[in-house]
Amino acid sequence: MTATVSTPQSGHSEDLLALAASVLEQATGAEQVEVLLSRASSTTVKVYEGEVESLTSADSSGAGIRIIRDGRLGFAHCGSLDPTVLLETLREARDNLEFAEPDQWNGLAQPDGVEVVAQNGWSDSVVAFPVERKIALALELEQRVLAADSRITGIRSTAYGDAWGESVILSTAGIEAVDRGASCSISTQPLARVGEETQTGFGYDSGRVPESLDLDHATAEAVDRATRLLGAVKPPSARMTILLEPRLAISLMGIVSGMLSGESVLKGRSPFGERRGEQIASPLLSLTDDPTRSESIGAEEVDGEGLACRSNLLISDGVLQGFLQDSYSGRRSGSASTGSAVRGTRSLPGVGAQLLVMQPGTRSFEELVSSIDLGLYVNSLSGMHSGVNSISGDFSVGADGLMIRNGSLAEPVRELTLASTLQRLLLDISEVGGDFEWLRGGDGACSLVIQDVSLSGA
Amino acid sequence: MLEESTIQRVLAAAASRGADFAEIFAEEKRSSSALLDDGRIEELTSGRDRGAGIRVVVGESTGFAHTSDLSEAGLIAAAETAASAARGSGTGTTIVDLDRVNAPRPNLVRIMPGDVPKAKKVELLLMANEMARAEGAAITQVSARYADSHRRILVANTDGILGTDEQVKTLFSISAVASGDTGMQTGRESIGRSVGFELFDTYEVGDLARTAAQRAITKLAARPAPSGEMTVVIGPGGGGVMFHEACGHGLEADLVGKGASVFAGRLGEQVASSLVTLVDDGTMGGEWGCFAIDDEGRPAQRNVLIQDGILVDYMWDGLRARAEGRASSGNGRRQSYQHLPMVRMTNTYLLGGTSTPDQILSDTESGVYISHLGGGQVNTATGDFVFGMTEAYLIEDGRITEPLREGNLIGNGPGVLTSIDAVGNDFAMGGPGTCGKDGQGVPVGDGVPTLRVASGLTIGGTAA
Repeated sequence: MTATVSTPQSGHSEDLLALAASVLEQATGAEQVEVLLSRASSTTVKVYEGEVESLTSADSSGAGIRIIRDGRLGFAHCGSLDPTVLLETLREARDNLEFAEPDQWNGLAQPDGVEVVAQNGWSDSVVAFPVERKIALALELEQRVLAADSRITGIRSTAYGDAWGESVILSTAGIEAVDRGASCSISTQPLARVGEETQTGFGYDSGRVPESLDLDHATAEAVDRATRLLGAVKPPSARMTILLEPRLAISLMGIVSGMLSGESVLKGRSPFGERRGEQIASPLLSLTDDPTRSESIGAEEVDGEGLACRSNLLISDGVLQGFLQDSYSGRRSGSASTGSAVRGTRSLPGVGAQLLVMQPGTRSFEELVSSIDLGLYVNSLSGMHSGVNSISGDFSVGADGLMIRNGSLAEPVRELTLASTLQRLLLDISEVGGDFEWLRGGDGACSLVIQDVSLSGA
Repeated sequence: MLEESTIQRVLAAAASRGADFAEIFAEEKRSSSALLDDGRIEELTSGRDRGAGIRVVVGESTGFAHTSDLSEAGLIAAAETAASAARGSGTGTTIVDLDRVNAPRPNLVRIMPGDVPKAKKVELLLMANEMARAEGAAITQVSARYADSHRRILVANTDGILGTDEQVKTLFSISAVASGDTGMQTGRESIGRSVGFELFDTYEVGDLARTAAQRAITKLAARPAPSGEMTVVIGPGGGGVMFHEACGHGLEADLVGKGASVFAGRLGEQVASSLVTLVDDGTMGGEWGCFAIDDEGRPAQRNVLIQDGILVDYMWDGLRARAEGRASSGNGRRQSYQHLPMVRMTNTYLLGGTSTPDQILSDTESGVYISHLGGGQVNTATGDFVFGMTEAYLIEDGRITEPLREGNLIGNGPGVLTSIDAVGNDFAMGGPGTCGKDGQGVPVGDGVPTLRVASGLTIGGTAA
């Protein structure tokens, strides 16, 4: 087995497919084998005080091999595309399956005839962008942020980053999928200081064309976030309405989508497992997982098992419509994969949302603010990993933000927590904003107004 | 892993455009894991990674490149990429003499996990599943995970250092779901140490299973956590997460140097109650965050950060130490050869005091007792931090009473540290943790005795 593996700049994945095919040739009659191969290149430029702090130039590659025989599953991965290492990895996966217990539902994804919606994830302009201009972009962003406001006294880090790569999935079940993508981003983390007090901000933009990265947007966002909390105090405890901007609304929707994974349902870990067709959220909320939306930078052609991505309606007018499935959970639950397998080379596929899209309401962000007598406009949430339990539904997070008083943004507050349960938060949504935007992470989101949340403070 | 002469030629290539410092970090890592879920051994996974990262420092700028090709040609190509990224403008042809770092191994590994039959690892999972389910019919789901890793590293640099280390880790974790009229609750327990399979000579997976299951069952009867500021007593062991967030990250020299820490400029000052002596110690044999050398080749050290409430020192990596003309404190760590090192904690713990845990409790009229913590997060610039409570109870009249549901607590580092008014004599280390910073995860340990925070912590519950 020999293969010449070039860098992804070549822009064609035939060599990766040939390499994957040479691994599949090793499959014995009784084995189902799936090979995922990937390679990527990336650059990160960090600047600090007008100088390049670090410049990282990286090429990486990896492979994940899944084998199923007699209902037993084995997996192994490696950080290399060396044909010898791939063969050893195949042997490891084969050895691992001996110790797993048989499961009649184990199996690879079968081609299901769903057509791929073509996406344009590749970008020659990212690959061709010269290093000197990457550095210049980061330095210019740093300078703009520093000049934007006298209270900005420093910047922890300002960076330009890009990555491009490709992956292929080939299996004995007849799956053959190629995925290629490229993107770039800029980010900055300024510090605002007045007297002894320091606050931090964050600004970001991403895209597929370096020249179109929006420095003005990143600067304004970073400076506004860093300065608007200056003077923040700890507020008294109260129950109140909170306003989540699209970026934070989608992080809540992300947790909810995890509770709608078919795997969680099968294993009795979803509080919504038995509630299909029921009202689980305010009638104002509709949520879809739709990786086929070409307007989004997060659009994908195929899922982690090589099946075509498709649109899956999760919640419509507050009513639970269905769950996300990969091939295993689809088969075991008596339905089918919804094209929702997510994975990297180092792990087996699992079920997950890929590109969440909220259905917008009608009113602007300003109108939402003016409709709230007393509430909190949330600036940031912390501890989403330590105080949110998607099985029990308990929800308790740290937060800061601006109070809303009589329909206007008022004083900044910090060192507070927000608590409820995930089940109640969904039902307590009192408005979905008309301020739909494609977030820089890919999801499509709107602001959310949620009533009756416990704010703990002084 | 690499010939000394190869290393010398690669360093020479890295420094060929002129460099103040050049380094090669090579790594070879094998890992294996087995997962039980839904009553069945679901998957066994093996992983292997090897490669090298090459760093070139010119003035304030660092160039970095990495490769999975450990041949001399592959390494030299990466060295040239790193040199060009550092944008040096001089020339250099120096071949450095390399001196082996003599760092004591923090402990001996008795049973290499790779030598243990997979069937034995699987057996542990099956037993844990059975024991957890035997705790009661309320236990409706169990998952358990066994994992081990064997990491060999080599670090050499133009200061003439050549160090190697071999780091073996073994981990076992179990999660249980309990179901009742009040819905579902979860309980988790884990043990992880920088040792081999002999871990299971000291720890019974059955005990871990029972603890996880009982945690879930207890919470079925839990009431909503209170909302607002209260006195908090933290039990021995895992409470170290609080110090990791309240001040650990804020004492990392890279954040301090950029003015992104509330502890910047406070050396020699009283930053905590005089009961607080906080140590970061990479030498602790067998602990999750221990090693012989850090990922810059510096031997592990025991560093006192806060002594009797006075801030003694920050934690340092090579780059930040070099700029200050001082020695690294052995805190330069990285997730893998694909990452640049930065200042990271190792095993961070609070030294024990004189009070007995009973005294501390009976002396607390009302408050919250936390016996198991989840993760946490901090904004080092403001000092505001959160941490999760995954097993907690009300304290009423000096006694532990009702269980509470999960939630986060929030506080401000300097405020909380000065409000610690009791430290127990029952020091214990906590469970294994993974600390995340700027996208890199590294294994860390922590420990505390029973302690009390009189004020400054707000419980993020829903009950009035």
